[in-house]
Amino acid sequence: MTLHNGKLLALCVVTVIVLFGLQFVLPPYLTLALTRILILSVFAMGYNMLMGYTGLLSLGHAMFFAAGLYAAGLSTYYWGVTLPVAFVLGIVGAFAVSLVIGLLALRTQAVSFMIVTLMFAQAGYLMTLQFTNITGGDQGLTLPTDARSFGLFGMVVDMTSDTARFNLALLIFTVVLAVLFAITQGPLGRLFVAVRENEPRTQMLGFDTYAIKLTAFTVSGTISGTAGALYGLMFGYIGSSFAGFQNSIEALLYTLIGGPGTLLGPLLGTAVMTMLIDRLSGITTAYLIVIGVLLIVVNLWFPKGILGTIRDRWLGWLK
Amino acid sequence: MTLLRTKGLSRHFDGLKAVDGVDFALDPGEIRAIIGPNGAGKSTFVSLLSGRIKPSAGQVFFEDRDVTGMPAHKRVRMGIAYTFQITNIYGAMTVLENIAIAAQNRLRPHLFSRKPVSEVEIARAATKAAQEVGLGDLLYETAGTLAYGHQRLLEVAMGLALQPKLLILDEPTQGLSDSEIENFQEVVRRVAQSATVLLIEHNMDVVMALADRITVLDNGRVLAEGSPGEIVHNDAVQAAYLGAPA
Repeated sequence: MTLHNGKLLALCVVTVIVLFGLQFVLPPYLTLALTRILILSVFAMGYNMLMGYTGLLSLGHAMFFAAGLYAAGLSTYYWGVTLPVAFVLGIVGAFAVSLVIGLLALRTQAVSFMIVTLMFAQAGYLMTLQFTNITGGDQGLTLPTDARSFGLFGMVVDMTSDTARFNLALLIFTVVLAVLFAITQGPLGRLFVAVRENEPRTQMLGFDTYAIKLTAFTVSGTISGTAGALYGLMFGYIGSSFAGFQNSIEALLYTLIGGPGTLLGPLLGTAVMTMLIDRLSGITTAYLIVIGVLLIVVNLWFPKGILGTIRDRWLGWLK
Repeated sequence: MTLLRTKGLSRHFDGLKAVDGVDFALDPGEIRAIIGPNGAGKSTFVSLLSGRIKPSAGQVFFEDRDVTGMPAHKRVRMGIAYTFQITNIYGAMTVLENIAIAAQNRLRPHLFSRKPVSEVEIARAATKAAQEVGLGDLLYETAGTLAYGHQRLLEVAMGLALQPKLLILDEPTQGLSDSEIENFQEVVRRVAQSATVLLIEHNMDVVMALADRITVLDNGRVLAEGSPGEIVHNDAVQAAYLGAPA
């Protein structure tokens, strides 16, 4: 008798294998799209950690994505550090920002929490515009050529190669997936869900729920920042649009569509949404209307998202 | 040594003195019932003991340590478990998961422990607590779909999984059938072998059958205290319950 979730682990392994195989089947254009999907789903997976598992709805996750993006991008742009070092700096930067913001924002609840996270994120966004001479502001910065490749263990990895980008994105995705599996399917994850389901009861079972929420917040922000760092370094561009409100909302959308509180939901949601936007924008410039209608439909009839609905109806282990 | 002691414990809601200067002492190992008319302050009093609400004045001592300013979750860690009057469980989770959260608090008190207790051990402790209250066959049922009586038992199982020194039961038999109450009394007797039990209860049959001593609250004050026999024959208690002049 055990509480471990072997079926979900198997599904995750199969998913990663299928993703790896796709690069040999898909045309280059779609491989590039899939690379983007993988990175953005890491962003959404971080968001899902907080919103899906812990039940805290943040409207400011672009701030953590941007923290990773800028910490990584600026350090390689100005100090010329190698890409792996810049990537680590990006993660550290996102960790620091999410810890500090978490300490403050978690003093509020529900609607005030949404507003406070939104305000911090907007302040962050305006800062990237204020210090345009450093960040490049709206125009952004394009990373120099010598920051477009790195050597690791005697191997040169070229960030302009589609294959290298795809496999690197898949590697980071897999690591994040493994970390999140370990967190969410174990004792710590049980506490996150306990806070989501019934916070006062969790307190009366002897847990410091503030500490639990702060842990979830920091893990969430750090993972979202990891996606930001990867995005900036991989595509060689950092700009303030990544810190904007729309980016926060996108993480929320991907999570909602895929299924909040399911491990693979963000991947599915990101894939569905980005492909949909991609196809629709080819047909009409008013594609946001279609997206809007879709969201209303999902919220009315499938508020648990695709995987959440499947979990509730058929597969209880899908969480 | 007393297990729990209060000194001048008070809680005022604006003008209303819900709990008004209560001095109270509980010995280890006893089953104590708190009774009193509606609005006597019973639930407020035990909420003050568990730390769910803060007192306006007075002190609470647990094992001779002043816990008055201590947050609820730390008191639970010290051994004060509280089961809710209104069933308060994780409705979307299974019975086993509900109890596992409680068991985890005892077995794995720190979020990031270096030598974490395995999930298997947490599951074993949770299963044991479920069996003790007779929920052993319903481990994988979703808690929210259980019959009311079973949800009440689940509340108690969550309390048990904490292995508390003091288990506070707030109106545990409310809404239970006669046969469920019978079973419930068995459970409480078994719990009492390892823990002190503080019971708020309206059902006098249950109180008389279980309690070693009874404390009567009225208008936020202690009206009387004694063995069940003494309380039954206490004039002031009869007056408070029946409204006759004392």
